[in-house]
Amino acid sequence: MTDKDSGFEPDHNVSHFAVGKEPIITIEDLNKWFGDFHALKNINLQVAERERVVICGPSGSGKSTLIRCINHLDVFQKGRIVVDGNELTNVARNVDAIRAEVGMVFQQFNLFPHLTVLQNCMLAPMRVRGKSKAEASQTAMKFLERVRIPEQASKYPAELSGGQQQRVAIARALCMSPKIMLFDEPTSALDPEMVREVLDTMVALADEGMTMLCVTHEMGFARSVADRVIFMTAGEIVVDTPPLEFFDSPDNPRLREFLGQILHN
Amino acid sequence: MIQSFDYNAVLVILSGVKATLILSAIAFGMGGFFGLLVALARTSGIKLLERLSSAYIDFFQGTPMLLQLFLAYYGLPVLGFPVNPWTAVTIGLTLHASAYLGEIWRGGIQAVPRGQTEAAAALGLSYHHRMRDVVFPQAFRLSLAPTVGFSVQLIKGTSLAAIIGFVELSRSAQIIASTTYKPLLAYGVAGIFYFAICFPLSMYSMRLAKKYNREA
Repeated sequence: MTDKDSGFEPDHNVSHFAVGKEPIITIEDLNKWFGDFHALKNINLQVAERERVVICGPSGSGKSTLIRCINHLDVFQKGRIVVDGNELTNVARNVDAIRAEVGMVFQQFNLFPHLTVLQNCMLAPMRVRGKSKAEASQTAMKFLERVRIPEQASKYPAELSGGQQQRVAIARALCMSPKIMLFDEPTSALDPEMVREVLDTMVALADEGMTMLCVTHEMGFARSVADRVIFMTAGEIVVDTPPLEFFDSPDNPRLREFLGQILHN
Repeated sequence: MIQSFDYNAVLVILSGVKATLILSAIAFGMGGFFGLLVALARTSGIKLLERLSSAYIDFFQGTPMLLQLFLAYYGLPVLGFPVNPWTAVTIGLTLHASAYLGEIWRGGIQAVPRGQTEAAAALGLSYHHRMRDVVFPQAFRLSLAPTVGFSVQLIKGTSLAAIIGFVELSRSAQIIASTTYKPLLAYGVAGIFYFAICFPLSMYSMRLAKKYNREA
């Protein structure tokens, strides 16, 4: 499959200038422990509206934990996170409100197996946004067309391939019209031949100006789509720089080692 | 005077069937309601609720049902609630059923993969909707077979109510046995009724278990 097949014509040079200045996510002195394990150490990070940030690093470096803190799937002990002007607290109502504005795509897709593809996409808009059935179904079909699987709408997730399931998961998140999309290793559980269709969908989303935080080891995606690439080890952000410097002149020895390892594979 | 084991005797036993079915249905219904609360408390993630519900389950699973009925029958009046056998048995069986159903459903809820709750949460669904729309439908399938299996235990367990003077199927058979002096016949008929109620339910439970094991 090529970019042309996907119907999207990415032009990263133009969209790069569209990046806004207002931070939509602000993370200050974030610290998280799992028992004795210090998983995140003094994380400071700002993400501007329409910005595309790729986070990578060795396993156990805290990259998934970091983005899972943004929608409170993981709780942090110290520091603060402000999403679109709302500070994240432990109050369920506040957490649910922020989650409604932040879409998330998981490594394991996590589609609801007892619901059809269409129902998967309609559930949250109806329950959270109070949309009517007709409205929710119309929005769902619109996004299923965007991820190019409208014909699967009445099937159950188990009848779909991994790549298709992940595209449904992206559509399901988009149906809530989120302001930010978080991707937690979205292609890591896919068979190699299905990685491309999911990446194409993500590229298209980036081109539309979606604010994106992606934890991924797809370095081709990082190079062509990201505004910034972040490298984490042992719970710390050690490199945060545009992709050009990140890949072409990495001055951090741990990053050089990491790139050497994953680019060889 | 010795009565003969006639049509009337069977009718008396049959009225016991009715009492057993009504008692079982009430115990199952109310036990189900409270059992759901127990299961939710047990999976709430709130330490205090989890400990309390866990202790509750342990108590009712760790003591004989007969003793639980005695406690309800003799204990409630001590606490200032005078009870007749009906009320005592209903309360005793409800508590018993809520503990067992709570434990069965806790298992069902926890068997739903964590990713499901996380995905529902990430979409902004409230706890209420996460449970109702995502967790329960999946937990229900997993719990259905053991739930039907437990209802069989509960129906048979209602026979213990006879000991505190509640007239259900076993007790009515006992009455007929002592008035006709034909205990084998009386208990035999009662046994046939129990079997006719419980066996189809057991079969159904096994079929459900097989069906969902195949699909899983």
